[in-house]
Amino acid sequence: MSDGGDSLAFGSLALALLGGALRVSTPFLFVSLGECITEKSGRINLGLEGILVLGAMSGYGVSLASGSPWLGVLAAGLCGLMMGLLHGGLCSLAKVNDIAVGISLMLFGTGLAFFLGKPLIQPQAPMLPSLELGAWSDSAQLQSALRINVLLPLGLLLALLLHWGFRASRWGLALRLVGDNAAAARALGYPVVPIRIGATAAGGFLAGVGGAFLSLYYPGSWNEGLSSGQGLMAVALVIFARWNPLRCALAALLFGAAGALGPALQSQGITAGYYLFNAAPYVLTLALMAASWTPGRSLAGAPGELSLTQR
Amino acid sequence: MSASRIQSHRRNLLRLLGAGAATHMLPFGIGRAAAADKLVVGVIYVGPRDDFGYNQAQAQAVAVIKKLPGVKVIEEEKVPETVAVQKTMEAMINQDKATLIFATSFGYFDPHVLKMAEKYPNVRFAHCGGLWTEGKHPKNVGSFFGYIDECQYLNGIAAASASKGKKLGFIAAKPIPQVLRNINAFLLGARSVDPKATVRVIFTGDWSLPVKEAEAANSLIDQGVDVLTCHVDSPKVIVETAERRGAFSCGYHASQAKLAPKGYLTGAEWDWQTPYTQIIKATIEGKPMVNFLRGGLKDGFVKPSPFGPAVSAEARKKSDAVKAAMMKGDFPIFKGPLVDNTGKTVVAAGKVLGQQDPLLEGMNYLLDGVIGQI
Repeated sequence: MSDGGDSLAFGSLALALLGGALRVSTPFLFVSLGECITEKSGRINLGLEGILVLGAMSGYGVSLASGSPWLGVLAAGLCGLMMGLLHGGLCSLAKVNDIAVGISLMLFGTGLAFFLGKPLIQPQAPMLPSLELGAWSDSAQLQSALRINVLLPLGLLLALLLHWGFRASRWGLALRLVGDNAAAARALGYPVVPIRIGATAAGGFLAGVGGAFLSLYYPGSWNEGLSSGQGLMAVALVIFARWNPLRCALAALLFGAAGALGPALQSQGITAGYYLFNAAPYVLTLALMAASWTPGRSLAGAPGELSLTQR
Repeated sequence: MSASRIQSHRRNLLRLLGAGAATHMLPFGIGRAAAADKLVVGVIYVGPRDDFGYNQAQAQAVAVIKKLPGVKVIEEEKVPETVAVQKTMEAMINQDKATLIFATSFGYFDPHVLKMAEKYPNVRFAHCGGLWTEGKHPKNVGSFFGYIDECQYLNGIAAASASKGKKLGFIAAKPIPQVLRNINAFLLGARSVDPKATVRVIFTGDWSLPVKEAEAANSLIDQGVDVLTCHVDSPKVIVETAERRGAFSCGYHASQAKLAPKGYLTGAEWDWQTPYTQIIKATIEGKPMVNFLRGGLKDGFVKPSPFGPAVSAEARKKSDAVKAAMMKGDFPIFKGPLVDNTGKTVVAAGKVLGQQDPLLEGMNYLLDGVIGQI
């Protein structure tokens, strides 16, 4: 291939990765923002994978039954909220470990979703509409890369809002205080347990919405293999992002691009080692975890009450 | 506590008796008559039964055999291709007294079905797609499969006729022989219309990965591919994505015409009721296990989907002519000279591989014109 061909292929690969990032990242974004809120309060919810799948199923079902995909998104969020409440409530009992509850919640959520979702595999539910941000361009590839769902800008806005809120708002400070030092929060008169339950429920809501994106926009179908671990990766992503919502958004886009790498390379005829490229998001998760974890020292930015980081 | 000890004693005793009895028994038939008057058939699926794809095609045949007199069917869905399938088979054999098991996913065969077949010589195991070899594999195992590459060839004709740039896309799960044979047949069908047509392949790595399949469909379409087909368990996401992007699609496993009313050209569908009923009939009549059962269009193992509205009259005519030749059984797809995409000759000039040729079931190359690597 000539030099001109190479640079052309490189440009189109970059475009493919951009498109992939914009298409695939939304569930990562919502789940990681939700987990960020939960972990800021000092709890960890590993059950978000289950909530994601349950949200995908319930969102699809409600969209199918009501004809309105937005009602589906709302229902998915509410399902997630209930699951979050369950997690938050259970973990507030004495001597309950939040990691163990999270794992059981993950299995419960996926199991329930598979059970109730059996009749939803066949039918086609109404999908969420897309925004044509690339309409100005003549390039079909650019148009398709910039065809995004309205949930993505909403998620990015939410990331900004959370970033500001954690630092500057009263509720943000209360949340962080509860997460960093429960005793101090109690001394100041903040209700520690209700705040934590509320934060877990809010995290569940966002994870549910992330699930609705999977079933109602991209790939846009309910299927038992739908999630392939995105909820779990999003939890790892929060740690990598050091509990910072803006970095969560960046990391979500990075993970989206990594997921698009395998198909994008193969479609351009670069076919060697596709197993490796297909594993890119998982390799990235491992590499980032290893790189961002220093033994013997708690992570910068980690909430002090988080069971994950306590020795 | 003492009761459970007695039970375990009794279980050991039974096991001893059973082992003794098994060595004296002929492989088939004898144990069955005593077991029950109804033939219990276990069916194991790797995914959900209504996936618009692989499992649905199997389940449609199972729905037919359920109506046969003297047959009781038990089913289990979503059994992974791991030791889990051995447990499912043992449960079906020991608890439900199943004496014929349809293990429908490719990865069940080696080692899971083979292991169970040695352990339970009185149970018959029918596996979809495995390559049963005389002398190497147990006699109570049989494999059935269809020459669906015939329909993929027809897909290729429809695809290349509809494509503007003659760039076609194939989204595949894993590079196993059946998948490679489908890709190559699709290419040969396309090249029979336009000798310059190319097929780009994306391997996703597993049978059901909806996000990756959608991503693969999008990147292929971004690269100028305008007809997609696939070999994954559920083509639903791919066909829907193609339709949304205004590309054409050819289906696989079952008909996805409903999902893409504009762009669905045709599809390669299974018709499993033929082998299912043959194997059940042989079991009920006490005949030996059908070890190697194959068939194509003319045997009613596979069928093409009806043409979609985007297929031109010319393409229909060409496709129907080839189909008629296949129905007569004189249309070998793989005839030399064939060169693979690394430049190696894989079928020498003048050599013709009939559809039944076992060489084809061990296919390990992609033909020249396929852009991809195993």
